[in-house]
Amino acid sequence: MTTASLPVSADARATTTRRGKQTARRLLIGAAWLTFALFLLLPLLIVLGEAFKQGVGTFFTAILEPDALAALKLTLLAVGISVPLNLVFGVAAAWCVSKYEFRGKSLLVTLIDLPFSVSPVIAGLIYVLLFGAQGYFGEWLSDRDIQIVFAVPGIILATLFVTVPFVARELIPLMQEQGSTEEEAARLLGASGWQMFWHITLPNIKWGLIYGVVLCTARAMGEFGAVSVVSGHIRGLTNTLPLHVEILYNEYNHVAAFSVASLLLALALVILLLKQWSESRIARLKTGAQP
Amino acid sequence: MSIEVRDVNKRFGQFQALQAIDLHIQSGELVALLGPSGCGKTSLLRIIAGLETPDSGSIVLHGEDVSSRDVRDRNVGFVFQHYALFRHMTVFDNVAFGLRMKPKKLRPSEAVIAAKVHELLNLVQLDWLADRYPEQLSGGQRQRIALARALAVEPEVLLLDEPFGALDAKVRKELRRWLARLHEDVHLTSVFVTHDQEEAMEVADRIVVMNKGVIEQIGTPAQVYANPASEFVYHFLGDANRLQLDEQRSVLFRPHEVRLSREPQADFLAGEVHGIRPLGALTRVTLRLAGHHEPIEAEVGHDHPGLVGLGRGERLYFQPVPSAQAQPSAG
Repeated sequence: MTTASLPVSADARATTTRRGKQTARRLLIGAAWLTFALFLLLPLLIVLGEAFKQGVGTFFTAILEPDALAALKLTLLAVGISVPLNLVFGVAAAWCVSKYEFRGKSLLVTLIDLPFSVSPVIAGLIYVLLFGAQGYFGEWLSDRDIQIVFAVPGIILATLFVTVPFVARELIPLMQEQGSTEEEAARLLGASGWQMFWHITLPNIKWGLIYGVVLCTARAMGEFGAVSVVSGHIRGLTNTLPLHVEILYNEYNHVAAFSVASLLLALALVILLLKQWSESRIARLKTGAQP
Repeated sequence: MSIEVRDVNKRFGQFQALQAIDLHIQSGELVALLGPSGCGKTSLLRIIAGLETPDSGSIVLHGEDVSSRDVRDRNVGFVFQHYALFRHMTVFDNVAFGLRMKPKKLRPSEAVIAAKVHELLNLVQLDWLADRYPEQLSGGQRQRIALARALAVEPEVLLLDEPFGALDAKVRKELRRWLARLHEDVHLTSVFVTHDQEEAMEVADRIVVMNKGVIEQIGTPAQVYANPASEFVYHFLGDANRLQLDEQRSVLFRPHEVRLSREPQADFLAGEVHGIRPLGALTRVTLRLAGHHEPIEAEVGHDHPGLVGLGRGERLYFQPVPSAQAQPSAG
């Protein structure tokens, strides 16, 4: 009797565990969605709701207002200068780290990460300390009538500082994984350094590079802390979009603040789509590379 | 095109990769650099190609010192162990790469390039794969494309790094015979690196046996096998048994250098059959000897009368008959 009943109870036990597992799975997935909805989706909707609370007209007035346009222009300028520079720096640094062996290599890799670990406020303060009126180079600069802090150059420097790691960080593991035999093969076949870079290296890192640039752009656009310290908050002159949002909000001009915020949000969504797209291309490349 | 390696030394940090390497390879020869991993054979090949710089010594190609010449000016064809095909290019573009990278003045027209690429793809019998990407090819196909790509720039020397190392056993055998035939047709001075003695024996005109950064012996396959210069060479070129006769003397013999008998005979030793493995034409019998730790392996024809009805645990008598010449000449 006991032997006959054994399989049945085992079977029942298996069914219960299976049911238990399913419940656990549903609970976890539900919790993930709930968190997502509460902490990400809801704020997004509130931003949009607030922006359009007084109608489309007010929204457009807020974002077409001269100070807002100046802030948008400055943000795009900071992005336009810092991203290409980081692109060049990132590729060069990743190349150095992955293709050559040299003393202090690990130190260099650690230093590339520094902006990730240092608070952006400190990054901003460093520039004030260096280039501000009371700073180390303050006198020298003011003698020559060069303004860095509380002006556009300071904002670009601060943006550069916080975005340095993105491209390099993305490329280093990719290039290390790919190794350099394809480059060696190209050299053996008579390619010059530039030909090798254009025809072999660049196509191989293309998607990783785009991904790094997208992340870098997102950060450059949204940077607040470091830029806030060096900006000086001069309306229409040294305000980037995030700073402009803060000013409007502090002035209790909520609709305008949320309108400009939703502009930033729209840019962020474009970036997010680009990121998703480049990510899927990298994934496809990786699975494709498996023999 | 002859290759001369003159007194080459190379260190990687504390590790002496190559020590006083002298090597002369005749024009049109097919030479194998044979040795265990870490013996320096790949470093030597990369130094000949110009991918590594020796600490001292020089590389002379066809009487001309090329030591200070860059990789791309040495006109050397190189085939990598893992092929290093350009993954984002089709097979056609891979093979055409070297021709397209030539300076404008020397670069052939696209039509000439296409004709040349198809000629090479026909040579490696893979013309039908021209539009595929490397990831869509099998290992053997990739290896042959890598070879076609290296040959496209008409190199004067062909260097191959473990060319069959990453392939499975059957493809490996086919491909190495194919390479030997190709070498007979093209007659390009070729050097290949391998850790597989059978491969070196089967393909090479001459074998350079290396160990721990030095050359142990250079000779034809028959020479290095029949007259090994050292015990290392003897052991590396084939299986070997060492039988301790007494405190002082021991005898080295290869598995086939043995006589077997079911009945005790004069000068025969007794062993207990531990395993019987049919290997095709030969059968390997593993024998355990009382008082000996290492078993003795004997290989005899599969139709040897001593094997009839032989089972594990039975007693078998054997006599080592090492060829006198084949004993290593030094320590």
